Amino acid sequence: MRSFCSPRFKKAFAAAFTCSLPICAAFCSIGFSYGFLMHSLGFSWIYPAAMSFLIYAGSMEFVTINLLLAPFSPLHAFLLGLMVNARHLFYGISMLERYGSCGWKKYYLIFGMCDETFSINSGVKLPEDIDRPLFMTLVTALNHCYWVSGAVAGALLGAVINFKAEGIEFMMTALFTSILLMQWDSTKEHRPAILGLGLSFICLLLFGPENFVLPAMGAVLGTMLLLQSKLDPVKQAQRAAVQTANAHPQPAPVLKEGR
Amino acid sequence: MTMTVTESIITIAAVVLATMLTRFLPFILFPAGSRIPSVVRYLGQVLPFAVIGLLVVYCLKDAVFTELHALPDVISIAFIVLLHRLFHSMMLSVIGGTVCFMLLTQFVF
Repeated sequence: MRSFCSPRFKKAFAAAFTCSLPICAAFCSIGFSYGFLMHSLGFSWIYPAAMSFLIYAGSMEFVTINLLLAPFSPLHAFLLGLMVNARHLFYGISMLERYGSCGWKKYYLIFGMCDETFSINSGVKLPEDIDRPLFMTLVTALNHCYWVSGAVAGALLGAVINFKAEGIEFMMTALFTSILLMQWDSTKEHRPAILGLGLSFICLLLFGPENFVLPAMGAVLGTMLLLQSKLDPVKQAQRAAVQTANAHPQPAPVLKEGR
Repeated sequence: MTMTVTESIITIAAVVLATMLTRFLPFILFPAGSRIPSVVRYLGQVLPFAVIGLLVVYCLKDAVFTELHALPDVISIAFIVLLHRLFHSMMLSVIGGTVCFMLLTQFVF
């Protein structure tokens, strides 16, 4: 108990709490809507409680609701989980050293590495006198707390609040659409987003709503790998360098490719 | 709900396993100091953008084949784009889009 009152703990907690406040507002309200949505679809509050605690990855939890309402297919659920959460791989890669050096705390830090927690723990600049591993653990735990409390509150109050919820499932579409729009504004390279939308839609028309996800994932992954030389900024820079190096001595090559 | 409790527990466990795999794998594969292959780094940059596109289509998968061909969904998405252009607030876009869809399904279509 003494360690919770130590000045070292208080300092780290104060810093972590301040950093996590914006996340608190977002997680409590999105978590609340998530719990409420599950309640309105007929799930007991245990479901959002367990799912928000154990999965703890916002978009995948919304997708899991659909999986629970669809025919039973754990392999499909597993593969969809891998694909939707693939971005964590790259959070992990950038946190290898920072989390790797945190001793026993690292297991919880890695378990709780959602987008928002990653963005704080990877971006924050701390004064020297704050215990960084402790700070990062507290940020992770606070965000985890906000999310689970939001979801449970939404599910429990869903039973009390009385309004016609028909159509509320569109919240998931709205969430992903606005993430897409945010991402769109964050970059000038729109081809990955367009390819993701286009290939998935083509697969939906070809394979139908029950079976399109796996072919769509395959098509997206395959196309991305094929287009690496075109879409990868590092490779593009390398190619441009080679082109300028070759540009001067040679005359333009004549294209002869039959027909 | 169509699943039994056991089936839903297995489904949730599969999702938890997949999620944890994506979080723990880098720490298992690349112990501190090892080199990261360029294809892994590249996929890390492009996949998040492509996967969100896939998720939007995933949300519309059933609506596309109904009588209305996702018309209420498309109208609401257009409304979300408008809200996003005007306010750049994710919270507002999500709430506004959902309310728009609920009004359309409950009162218009």
